[in-house]
Amino acid sequence: MKQYLSFFRIRFIAGLQYRAAAWAGISTQFAWGGMTLLMFWAFYQNGENSFPMSFPELSSYIWLQQALLAMFMAWFFDQEIFESITSGGIAYELCRPCDLYGMWFVKNMAVRLSRVLLRCVPILLVAAFLPEPFGIKLPPDGLSALLFLVSTVLGFLVLVSFSMLIYISAFYTISPMGIRILATSVTEFFTGALIPIPFFPEALQPVIYALPFASMQNTPFLIYTGHIGGAEALGSMAVQLLWLFALVLTGRLLMRRALKKVVVQGG
Amino acid sequence: MKLYFKYMAMLLKSQMQYKASFLMTALGQFLVSFTAFFGVYFMFDRFHSVDGFTFSQILICFSITLMAYSITECFARGFDLFPRLIQSGNLDRILVRPRGEIFQVLTANMEFSRVGRLIQAIWMLVIAVSASEIQWTVDKILTVVMMLIGGVAVFAALFVLYAGISFFTIEGLEFMNIFTNGSLEFGKYPVSIYGEGILKFYTYVIPIALFQYYPFLYLIGRSEDVRLIFLPLLGFLFLILCYLFFRFGLRRYKSTGS
Repeated sequence: MKQYLSFFRIRFIAGLQYRAAAWAGISTQFAWGGMTLLMFWAFYQNGENSFPMSFPELSSYIWLQQALLAMFMAWFFDQEIFESITSGGIAYELCRPCDLYGMWFVKNMAVRLSRVLLRCVPILLVAAFLPEPFGIKLPPDGLSALLFLVSTVLGFLVLVSFSMLIYISAFYTISPMGIRILATSVTEFFTGALIPIPFFPEALQPVIYALPFASMQNTPFLIYTGHIGGAEALGSMAVQLLWLFALVLTGRLLMRRALKKVVVQGG
Repeated sequence: MKLYFKYMAMLLKSQMQYKASFLMTALGQFLVSFTAFFGVYFMFDRFHSVDGFTFSQILICFSITLMAYSITECFARGFDLFPRLIQSGNLDRILVRPRGEIFQVLTANMEFSRVGRLIQAIWMLVIAVSASEIQWTVDKILTVVMMLIGGVAVFAALFVLYAGISFFTIEGLEFMNIFTNGSLEFGKYPVSIYGEGILKFYTYVIPIALFQYYPFLYLIGRSEDVRLIFLPLLGFLFLILCYLFFRFGLRRYKSTGS
């Protein structure tokens, strides 16, 4: 456990160093969130009744999405891990007396968390002071807030365990670019990064909620806005937990199989 | 020009070495814009119109923006990687060669897998054109062509601007994303839907409205002003300005050494 903690610390502290980049990121995300809300606002003007969530709910959803972007972004991958596989550096990693899966998992968490820590507070602060109905609101009650926190952690773990599968796929394909783009675009879409999942057609909703992608950012955000609460929230969190187990298990199995016949590239 | 095609053939050959990966990347690009399309489709499934524009009208605007972007991206990819050229000091190598630096940056990288996105854009435009109620007279066809040309000019200008800014910041700026990717993302819809202020911004600062909003009004018959057909050509003025900025940065350039 101690070794994972120090891997985490190294990456986390390294991530905290890029403060100028964080400011650039904050302003970008702020502009992005604002534009997205304006787009929905235009739709809201003539279709208020067909809106699946109220506009303040949507605003909270979008601002959370922007604030926690670094945590839930699907397109971010640790280039070093891919390089270690394609260049053969993996040989050193394998000599270490610790579990590769766990190590990569922890490293990934650390990079994402350090980024989100630098970025989320300013975005949330400014968003909180925006005029009605564009600003972010507090969750409806204490219970939602608590459930939101737990669900965010679960969603985060689901996302990381899913991206582990992409890393592991590099053992099989060597050039991981293609799978990466493919997986990223599918994840982005079904996780609700393009349009929030409640805006998908009703007929598709059950299918989408059954996919692992809905268990990433969508569940905690919907809990926060009060869109789902009580038993429904607990149910979604159970689904999150289920996916987490399934993905970690698959990842570990695939990794073991890959390592059994790994061919180390070059010297 | 001959040399340009030589470079192109060379890059094509090298990228074709990883065939499976190339195909997957192209497929990925194809799907990326597909998901964007579904995003728009789902919204219209619910709301039917936005700001008075119908789905088939939006589709034309979207596909033209996407097409202009992917054409630009195919050949201007080198500018996207420009900050890395500066960081690694490889720009010095370019500067001592007896060819224009723009030419060399353009030939430094071309991403042929972006063809996937282009195919998707063409497909979408075909659907949009056949679904629309527009009478396709000569002037309307000319408008579409002008929109595309203007779009390529504006997006190319944004890439050049991005490269130019990195002379001063060395790092590639995440902030520029809002201009390049953001223009693609939010240019899906005619920019007027975002409100008056944003329309002004996209007319005078980042002039994507020049090719995707004003001529679009003529195309769908909301405006009768024939001058709007040629408005996208103003995009070249923006391109020249951005190029001058790039030259300005280049003149001030100090090597990073390593």
